[in-house]
Amino acid sequence: MDHLTKLENQSVYILREAFNKFENLAMLWSIGKDSTVLLWLARKAFFGHVPFPLVHVDTTYKIPSMIEYRDRLVSDWKLDLIVGKNEAALANGTTYPNGKATRVECCGWLKKDGLKQVLDKHHFTGVIVGVRRDEEPTRAKERYFSPRDKNMEWNVEDQPPELWDQFKTDFEKGTHIRIHPLLHWTEINVWEYIERENIPVIPLYFANTKGERYRSLGCAPCTGPIKSNAKNVPEIIEELRHTKTSERSGRAQDKESEDAFEKLRRDGYM
Amino acid sequence: MSTNTLTNEQLKIVIVGHVDHGKSTFVGRLFHDTGSLPEGKLEQLQAIAERRGVPFEWANLMDALQSERDQNITIDTAQIWFQTRKRQYVIIDAPGHKEFLKNMVTGASSAQAALLLIDAHEGVQEQSRRHGYLLSMLGIRQLAVLVNKMDLVGYSEARFNQIETEYRAFLKSVGLEPQGFVPIAAKHGDNIANRGANMPWWQGGTVTQTLDRFEVAHPAENQPLRFPIQDVYRFDERRILAGRIESGTLKVGDRLMFSPGNKSSTVKTIERWSSLSSDVAQAGESIGVTLTEQIFVERGAVAALDNALPFELTHFKARLFWLGRNPLTKGKAYKVKLATQEAECSIETIHRVIDSATLETVSRREKEIFVGRNEVAELTFKIKRPLAFDLHDALPSTGRFVIVDGFEVAGGGIIVDDDYPRRTAGENIKSDNIYWSHGKVTPAHRANRNGHPGGVIWLTGLSGSGKSTIASELERELFNLGKQAFVLDGDNIRHGLCSDLTFSPQDRRENIRRVSELTKLFMEAGFIVITAFISPYRADRDLARKIIPEGRFVETYVNAPIEICEQRDPKGLYAKARAQEIKEFTGVSAPYEPPLKPEIELPTNQLTATECVTRILEYLHLRDAEDSISI
Ligand SMILES: Nc1nc2c(ncn2[C@@H]2O[C@H](COP(=O)(O)OP(=O)(O)O)[C@@H](O)[C@H]2O)c(=O)[nH]1
Ligand code: SF4
Repeated sequence: MDHLTKLENQSVYILREAFNKFENLAMLWSIGKDSTVLLWLARKAFFGHVPFPLVHVDTTYKIPSMIEYRDRLVSDWKLDLIVGKNEAALANGTTYPNGKATRVECCGWLKKDGLKQVLDKHHFTGVIVGVRRDEEPTRAKERYFSPRDKNMEWNVEDQPPELWDQFKTDFEKGTHIRIHPLLHWTEINVWEYIERENIPVIPLYFANTKGERYRSLGCAPCTGPIKSNAKNVPEIIEELRHTKTSERSGRAQDKESEDAFEKLRRDGYM
Repeated sequence: MSTNTLTNEQLKIVIVGHVDHGKSTFVGRLFHDTGSLPEGKLEQLQAIAERRGVPFEWANLMDALQSERDQNITIDTAQIWFQTRKRQYVIIDAPGHKEFLKNMVTGASSAQAALLLIDAHEGVQEQSRRHGYLLSMLGIRQLAVLVNKMDLVGYSEARFNQIETEYRAFLKSVGLEPQGFVPIAAKHGDNIANRGANMPWWQGGTVTQTLDRFEVAHPAENQPLRFPIQDVYRFDERRILAGRIESGTLKVGDRLMFSPGNKSSTVKTIERWSSLSSDVAQAGESIGVTLTEQIFVERGAVAALDNALPFELTHFKARLFWLGRNPLTKGKAYKVKLATQEAECSIETIHRVIDSATLETVSRREKEIFVGRNEVAELTFKIKRPLAFDLHDALPSTGRFVIVDGFEVAGGGIIVDDDYPRRTAGENIKSDNIYWSHGKVTPAHRANRNGHPGGVIWLTGLSGSGKSTIASELERELFNLGKQAFVLDGDNIRHGLCSDLTFSPQDRRENIRRVSELTKLFMEAGFIVITAFISPYRADRDLARKIIPEGRFVETYVNAPIEICEQRDPKGLYAKARAQEIKEFTGVSAPYEPPLKPEIELPTNQLTATECVTRILEYLHLRDAEDSISI
């Protein structure tokens, strides 16, 4: 069995465990390549169905074609989509793009609080998230099933042991579990899989006529394209094999190195 | 950095050893010596150290890379992927000191190989032994021991041999055969990726050569089949049993035996989505199957082939390591998770508690017997219901388990031999658990002993619709699953309790009223009561529903068109009714009011009796245990 197939089988196993163990389960869908691969894996796991809702936290600053692509897949694949928005914060009118808040504040309100609101409203106890171990330093310590306390905090120092695919599925009321089926995938694995399975990804990932493409997607004001001539999936894979820069180098907010950001990143909001 | 090279082969390794024996130093050096560090990174860190006037420490290299926040410089600094000419390696967890054991156990349980470091100067220490012991329990079969800091002992061959002899003997006593010992000096890079000139006496290979000799474990496709069911899906017309094949090979047409319970059926299809279809599936594959005969199978069942079944018992003997905050104690209930099975368990006997570092028996006064944090023990568990399992030595994935204490996975173990009886098909295993109650016996006590609360499956439908057949099959299935079940039907009611009643509407009502009250008593006694009466009037059934606690009344509409019932006419009643020999016959000369919202509807003209029973069992299985019947 090749490495990609092993990863696929493990992810499917995890998704099925999650579906069996959590009555109120949802999957975060950021529209990016990782969470779209995750969605594909869910269809593998459940034989073409996606038996839980997808949650998209809309900051209203996403690149417009992301939303179009999102809505197209929702109708093509018959998905149950819940869009979460921190309406109060948006109504308040203090965001980073309009110059009235720092990035840390803006991300905290629109992403972190936005997510917390959806989770609370629907009482989700299990949330499937497409984070990967290779994205960010602290994630190397993540578990497949990772408990979050009442404030959605992650205690890196004291994590449950996870052995032999027996995951943490017992938890106290008020806490919830993040489930990470893609934990052991790398960026290049994701693209290899997209190629192998022919998964439709958003064209923003491919180079435009100006020789630019997005390597990672986020809010329009805070995400920039990278220089690239990779026009299709095989060319992206080829490019990644030689690149020396980080996946998130196009993301402005990652460059700010305040601790608050470090924490948001570590908690999987970025 | 080589993270992004296309990889077909990847080996996961875990690095263990006593604190300060050089794990972090080794990892830093390994990355450097295999060319896995970003260009200029080392020089940069050395320059920083120099500016600060502190010596550069290889041990800090990974930490420095990990806290690297300027993500723009190089890719994925936290990557603990490195590459040799042969393949890519992943270090499952970067060494750290806090909660090391929990992380190590997590890492090692999914690793294919381990490297264990021993300080040549300090020699074999407590944790060297403890880690070795745990590796063996976690099923690691590929291990290399790195004798580090050889520079501190003058690169002495004699010292190296001495440590090798001592530690090899220890490993042997815990059943581990290491692939090799390598003398290294992590700080200076001796024998990491390059030989170096300090140990000309050393004829063996370097660490990377040793790593490359390890094998990427291949899933166990030639072993006996074990296919634990993860879930049963009914998203569309298919009823799919989903799971991952843990060992062996499964083919369309195979006769599967499901344990516990000894049910069998044949594989009709192997289901995959958007993958090449194939009539064969092998160890490691997450698949689904459909069966030719619809039998009741739920999560936890382990499918195997008839000629090599797992054990199926309510006790097993195991070696266990305990990581819990609270000790593992006798008399307390825990949850055991084995493959996809879960059950309540408790300790029957603690044979001995072992200090995993000295392998000596920890002696405790009899009354205080418990297993403390980080201790290892040999013990026998008793389980509240039969579990399907194998010996760890024979089939690791169905021979190991974890113990959950409260909300926490607190320990893990492997099942060892204890002369378990081999099974013959068809045999029923009796659970020998006894629950004691002090004071008044409450419904909760009964439910606890029975493993389910009482409840009512109220079958209603025309004469000949199949109620009695379903009732008796359901009763037998529940009985075989170890549940308390009892059928009330015309035969045992009309002849005795209600022998004074006729079939007039009033008497029918009185009949059902008595049945309802009787049902309630049986239910309170803890039984799952199955009633099989025509019970044609909605109002009567609602009366029964009213006196049974919410959630415990499962109205089941056994629905067959009257023409079919009439064709079946098992007792010749329809014929008599048509000939007006029987008056007030439901469907002919008396009304039948079908349920408006039955919990279950069974179209018996489309389903076999077994399929009907399966539906009911599935329904019961899906209920929430708190306030409904659930089995
Ligand atoms: N002389 C010498 N010191 C070493 C060697 N390897 C590691 N050390 C030192 O041993 C100490 C502990 O090493 P470290 O890697 O932190 O050990 P860990 O606790 O196992 O991760 C550090 O001060 C290292 O510099 C070696 O090969 N030779
Ligand atoms: S990425 Fe930018 S726009 Fe989006 S929430 Fe963060 S700061 Fe606001």
